[in-house]
Amino acid sequence: MASLLGRFCRKLVVPGSAHGSRMVSTTSCDSEAVKSLNLYSAINQALHIALETDPRSYVFGEDVGFGGVFRCTTGLAERFGKNRVFNTPLCEQGIVGFGIGLAAMGNRAVVEIQFADYIYPAFDQIVNEAAKFRYRSGNQFNCGGLTIRAPYGAVGHGGHYHSQSPEAFFCHVPGIKVVIPRSPREAKGLLLSSIRDPNPVVFFEPKWLYRQAVEEVPEHDYMIPLSQAEVIREGSDITLVGWGAQLTVMEQACLDAEKEGISCELIDLKTLLPWDKETVEASVKKTGRLLISHEAPITGGFGAEISATILERCFLKLEAPVSRVCGLDTPFPLVFEPFYMPTKNKILNAIKSTVNY
Amino acid sequence: MALSRLSSRSTTLLQPLATAAFPTSLRRRHISTDTTPITVETSLPFTTHLVEPPSRAVETSSEELLSFFRDMALMRRMEIAADSLYKAKLIRGFCHLYDGQEAVAIGMEAAITRRDAIITSYRDHCTFLGRGGGLFEAFSELMGRTTGCSKGKGGSMHFYKKDASFYGGHGIVGAQAPLGCGLAFAQKYSKEEAVTFTLYGDGAANQGQLFEALNIAALWDLPAVLVCENNHYGMGTAEWRSAKSPAYFKRGDYVPGLKVDGMDALAVKQACKFAKEYALKNGPIILEMDTYRYHGHSMSDPGSTYRTRDEISGVRQVRDPIDRVRKLIISHDIATEKELKDMEKEVRKDVDAAVAQAKESPIPKPSELFTNIYVKGFGSESFGADRKELRKCRHTKIISSLSTEQTQA
Repeated sequence: MASLLGRFCRKLVVPGSAHGSRMVSTTSCDSEAVKSLNLYSAINQALHIALETDPRSYVFGEDVGFGGVFRCTTGLAERFGKNRVFNTPLCEQGIVGFGIGLAAMGNRAVVEIQFADYIYPAFDQIVNEAAKFRYRSGNQFNCGGLTIRAPYGAVGHGGHYHSQSPEAFFCHVPGIKVVIPRSPREAKGLLLSSIRDPNPVVFFEPKWLYRQAVEEVPEHDYMIPLSQAEVIREGSDITLVGWGAQLTVMEQACLDAEKEGISCELIDLKTLLPWDKETVEASVKKTGRLLISHEAPITGGFGAEISATILERCFLKLEAPVSRVCGLDTPFPLVFEPFYMPTKNKILNAIKSTVNY
Repeated sequence: MALSRLSSRSTTLLQPLATAAFPTSLRRRHISTDTTPITVETSLPFTTHLVEPPSRAVETSSEELLSFFRDMALMRRMEIAADSLYKAKLIRGFCHLYDGQEAVAIGMEAAITRRDAIITSYRDHCTFLGRGGGLFEAFSELMGRTTGCSKGKGGSMHFYKKDASFYGGHGIVGAQAPLGCGLAFAQKYSKEEAVTFTLYGDGAANQGQLFEALNIAALWDLPAVLVCENNHYGMGTAEWRSAKSPAYFKRGDYVPGLKVDGMDALAVKQACKFAKEYALKNGPIILEMDTYRYHGHSMSDPGSTYRTRDEISGVRQVRDPIDRVRKLIISHDIATEKELKDMEKEVRKDVDAAVAQAKESPIPKPSELFTNIYVKGFGSESFGADRKELRKCRHTKIISSLSTEQTQA
């Protein structure tokens, strides 16, 4: 694993700026060349770089060979060969288990699960094998080179099995990391960090943004640190915490709230496990109010963990109960998606009632 | 059922039975109602694993062949109409079309009863029709209307029909395999003399749960017929690239198997009849249906990035299931080409009428979002404008009705 650590330290790590006020990533990249890319292209670039810089890295999963169903793996098989970029049969449990084994031999295995909704057959492998390997072998073995990528989240018409947000299940497992980018520039940096992190990482990509989000993405190799949240909008009346595609919706709510004189601070958590408690705590100590929003159903969602932790740390500073604006406690519906989703107006209502508590 | 009429096997067009404004089910409207047995040989022999094959000579009749033709033409037309509706954004979500594979659904139905259960994957529209489902219910469900077979809450992948023992419609690949074996267990336990046909694809054949289901079915001699609809592509991956052994009928190892030309409805019928008898006596058997889908995996897949257009048109020209039955009908003088074309025109009208009516159907009320998560009165119900309040139900109390106010998006 020394080689993995060595690579991690050698690359340029660009810290996120704390004064960003735009949705887009605030990774600085002044003199380097940038290109306007959407999310799947940014991820594609990250994968190209990952395979280029480490000859012992592999990308595999269902249908990745021709570019994948979301085009994230375009060009990889042609460039790096079918021995490093290959299709697997349709068996998530087998794919992830196989990836764990490959990683245990010191390789970097970048596994694609076609939709996060299909990750459950592999849940046992992730929770019982990947997360506990280093721990139970007394550090003799580990599968730190494993990164599992999966598109998650609503897409407008995905229905029960193409829209789920399962991040909460994985945040309950010490031993793995859970990372969710909000934009193309963030995705490239976070994916490279995740691949090079010496722990197994589950990387959820907001599929709604694959084509919708376009941003200037630096062409060089850069990483964004894990477990570091970013304040992407400063404010003083209420702290909003979110991740992934939901941040776009939250930012719209912040803009609307501003028109009514409410100053909102918006934080992108980026890494959900282990999450950056300090940044959120500092923000809530400043504003006194917290609102969390995520697409996953509210009961048992990751917002509950954030709420409980902040309550412990900031109890006396809180002016109002922690608010959670999340998906409803139903299976992800087909025709009812607009009612299920935590929309801008729901968030705006919650902001106002929290501020006026 | 059709009125019995004595008729010679002539080319005279007999009056079709009068039906409702738009027949909503695969009611038999036959030009000929002749049930005199005709024997036809299957196009290909059966390949076997650990079992003796059934005879290649299949007994059928004019009536059956005509019903095959009409029903398959109906299925084909329904899928093509679904294609247009999807492109017009009236069907949203995912839509997996079955055209090319109709012979499997039709042949199977001809061999079994409505007490035998069928469970399949998400490519279920035609299977639903085969089980007696209506065009109107199908299109309504596709467009998410309350008049759909799953009340508009399931969509394309989740068609069900309880009274015909059709257990649906499953989105997760391979998940229906253990379920099907469970159904078979229940049938055996209740001594129903019925079997379960569990359908899955060549992609699902590599899922671990299939082998778990096979082992259990074999261990306990369950009346389960596992049918692999091998259309040679698991989404974009060809079978030779995903399977070490694409002889799916042999994958059961200790479970016998039969490989069938899935484009020949009569071969399918023969195999299913054989399999049902076998399963009732001995336990599980695998049927591999060698079939082909003309469309891509789903409407999001053009279907031509991983296979050539020549291949698709080649199969259409040489092996199309509807053309095969058409040729049989004409060569046996059961009907003329014009009569068959008229039948197809009628089918097209039926489909168009069903689509038009489905388009007028209402979308489910927003309160339907919360129904059937748990059994009413035994779970929890949501309250408040933001529906965050959950109240646990106790069955002695009737929870007050949900507020119908919705926060506008």
